[in-house]
Amino acid sequence: MTAHAPEVIAQHQLTADEYGKIVAILGREPSYTELGIFSVMWSEHCSYKSSRLHLKKLPTRGRLVVQGPGENAGIIDIGGGYVIAFKIESHNHPSFIEPFQGAATGVGGILRDIFTMGARPIAVLDSLRFGRLDDPATGARNRRILGGVVAGIAHYGNCFGVPTVGGECSFEPCYDGNPLVNVFALGICRKEEVFYAKAAGAGNPVIYVGARTGRDGIHGASMASAEFTEEAKQKRPNVQVGDPFMEKLLLEACIEAMKTGAIVGIQDMGAAGLTCSTCEMGSRGGVGIEIELDRVPQRETGMTPYEIMLSESQERMLLVAEKGREEEVYRVFRKWGLEAAEIGVVTEDGKLRVRHHGVVVAEIPNRELADEAPLYDRPHTHPPRAGLIPDLPVSKVQRTLPTLLGSLDICSKRWIWEQYDYQVRTNTVAGPERTDAAIVRIKETGTSIAISLDGNGRYCFLSPREGAKLAVAECCRNLSTVGARPVAATNCLNFGNPERPEIMAQLVEAIEGMAEACAFFDTPITGGNVSLYNETLGEGIYPTPVLGIVGTLKTAEPVTIPFKNAGRTVMLLGGIGECDDIRFGGTQYAKEMVKQLWGLPPALDLERERRVQFAIRKIIAEGLAESAHDLSDGGLAVALAECSFGPNEVGALIDLDSDLRPEMLAFHEAPSRILISTEFPKKVAAIAEKYEIEAPVVGVTIEKGIEIRQRTITLGAWEIGALKTAYAQAFESHVR
Amino acid sequence: MKFGVIVFPGSNCDHDAFHAVTTNLGQKAEYIWHDSPSLGDIDAVILPGGFAYGDYLRCGAIARFSPVMGAVGKFAAAGGLVMGICNGFQILVEAGLLPGALIRNRGLKFVCREVRLRTETVHSPFTSAAQEGQILRMPIAHGEGCYFADGRTLDELDAEDRVLFRYVGNPNGSLGDIAGILNRERNVMGMMPHPERASDPLMGSTDGLTIFQSVLDAVVRA
Repeated sequence: MTAHAPEVIAQHQLTADEYGKIVAILGREPSYTELGIFSVMWSEHCSYKSSRLHLKKLPTRGRLVVQGPGENAGIIDIGGGYVIAFKIESHNHPSFIEPFQGAATGVGGILRDIFTMGARPIAVLDSLRFGRLDDPATGARNRRILGGVVAGIAHYGNCFGVPTVGGECSFEPCYDGNPLVNVFALGICRKEEVFYAKAAGAGNPVIYVGARTGRDGIHGASMASAEFTEEAKQKRPNVQVGDPFMEKLLLEACIEAMKTGAIVGIQDMGAAGLTCSTCEMGSRGGVGIEIELDRVPQRETGMTPYEIMLSESQERMLLVAEKGREEEVYRVFRKWGLEAAEIGVVTEDGKLRVRHHGVVVAEIPNRELADEAPLYDRPHTHPPRAGLIPDLPVSKVQRTLPTLLGSLDICSKRWIWEQYDYQVRTNTVAGPERTDAAIVRIKETGTSIAISLDGNGRYCFLSPREGAKLAVAECCRNLSTVGARPVAATNCLNFGNPERPEIMAQLVEAIEGMAEACAFFDTPITGGNVSLYNETLGEGIYPTPVLGIVGTLKTAEPVTIPFKNAGRTVMLLGGIGECDDIRFGGTQYAKEMVKQLWGLPPALDLERERRVQFAIRKIIAEGLAESAHDLSDGGLAVALAECSFGPNEVGALIDLDSDLRPEMLAFHEAPSRILISTEFPKKVAAIAEKYEIEAPVVGVTIEKGIEIRQRTITLGAWEIGALKTAYAQAFESHVR
Repeated sequence: MKFGVIVFPGSNCDHDAFHAVTTNLGQKAEYIWHDSPSLGDIDAVILPGGFAYGDYLRCGAIARFSPVMGAVGKFAAAGGLVMGICNGFQILVEAGLLPGALIRNRGLKFVCREVRLRTETVHSPFTSAAQEGQILRMPIAHGEGCYFADGRTLDELDAEDRVLFRYVGNPNGSLGDIAGILNRERNVMGMMPHPERASDPLMGSTDGLTIFQSVLDAVVRA
């Protein structure tokens, strides 16, 4: 075979060195099909070649971890004979090119990752980032992307029958040309019924099931591994089209087929399609796989081996069955009306051998292809620094609170989550905006799972290390605030171009910060996803690591955000906290009132954070809190308002003993603080004392209105109705 | 008594309906696969929510041709109690067992929300355990739940006391705020809201149990 022209190699986003490595592995020049196979498997998206070195720093082991990174999803033991499988994944690039289908197939991909493991998906959450909706130049496009993404998630999740129970969504100019769509999914299965994506047993048949293969999505994985240019729109055909009904059939059929005991291993065909599923299953099992492409069900005629191997058509699974028991598997697929075909066989030689019309068109050692991808220690310098402290205009607390409540990041996202079926499967104990973390119960065990997603691009831009730690702390705090004990995490690392040393520095620092915090809170990372090259026309996004952390709690009526009764004591666990001008620069106040980003993110003391979390869990467990809400975006004043938006509109009068400037006092975002209302302030104080945290009584709940005082001087007083209207209706007015 | 819960390949509230009538109501139930030619030995049948065959065409347009719908038709003709919830309502309408149509929500978006329903008649085997005018809280979750019918049909429904529930605060543009209706013989009902999701205090409401309890009462009485 002759060498490929340099431009062909470049089109496959392979460097000359990488090409040399391919030749060395094969001992010859690769065929065109082989070149394609290597290009997708060694793409950033599939091989993590820029991040792998640093991902190793993350803690991945723990007492409850059944399966860490390296499989389709992480698995955690929740007791009672059951495990949960969960992971978060990005679908950023496709969602920019084709928002509806990009987001829909993002949901489809992560759901397959979960049920491939034998787990039935029971919850989805999403973390979304968009550009400005009101920008004269880009606003219309951003609104279209937002509408398409939300409708796409709804379309897929609602039809499939998994509740979308929560998530987060915020807006920054840096996401103008590069929205982030990160989808988390969680499923449940019996501990002994977990399946792995591992081929075994030479002679066992390799079976393809699900949708037919078409020309859609070819090079999706490599597309996700490059920056966007003006030509990006031409890549629209690279985005696949989702069929949630087909996915639902696959789910039910796979779960039923697994129960026959005739399945040895199973993997979905996601990024890099048939290529990835065959070589990874072979590599994990230390065996070879030989397939005949003529037998692959095809939607179009005349597809080349290259196209079949690289297609990313959705809703397809590959499985290895026990020889002689194929019929048991086929019977189940027939029942569900699915097409299944034996396309190959497991071999002993460790090679991925692909035939087309009987002729070998690719023959690559599995292990080298899957595990010997290039590994780069890319140079990293220092993350870009933010500007200096600007002159801070004083903005009165009275005027500021309604403005912040009506801002895009803080206002109610009901417009989004009402489009999602958040209750199907009747397990949703706490859905969107009722509590700080979503809660789904496990009917089989009497246990519930709490889930929180968090990532703050503003904080991470100011300090990737501190920002990542803050995200871990916030997730754990959200879980603790509903009484759940955090047990494990998954992460989605959204960054710019790693070939730029300052961007690489962001990635490295964020991973190190996350590693430190996850180790500290004993929440090992069990899997996740890295999305790099989130840049359009050279403009990078804020470093945006998104954490998904799960916790466990006993199934019970949840303690929700709103105040329930007037006359209760309002206490601030963790105290009023500290802030200065430098630490004020990442807040929502800085964003909305000063229109700038500067300084550093809020200071986090991990030890104190942990003590606050222990305390709130104890308080919740003893039934002492009537309401609980952690302080986050917008600080104390915003949290107080959110607590007042319950059906009874019970408000509060609080008086704060502090030297901070009024606007800083009301809106700073220091972590480790939780606002509760209680009938039992003495018991709460005793618990706070035991855990050595401050828990000042800051006020009392009242029948009407909200008032904030600082040492008896009123900073602001509001009618709840007006604030609630601002909070509830803002989003819709922005979307129009 | 024993409920039958029909399972179309795209049903996704089948488990929830099953759970509601077994664990929460304390009765027996069994699943009935969509290609079954008969319903077997059951006292009432539930067509649950979901996307029967994907519903890429009109919701329920394909499901009406499935083998099990022949059996449901016979069961209904013999006086058996039939409940269509959400997608089940859409299917019953497509199958001609209930009048009218369910079209895209007026807002053109899927809506998942708790709604309040006013009980319009208690003279039915599905609402006998409720009070006339009783407000029931339960969720809706649909994209095509706007009830539509011609004027004569709407007049007939009114005149024959066949409107089961009306929304208090119309979420989808349904004519006459209609959320649920009966057939002329009063043994087949369809409703867009989800009583099975309001059958457990932990899910925020148990008002849906009133409907299942009514069915139980009717079967026991018979």
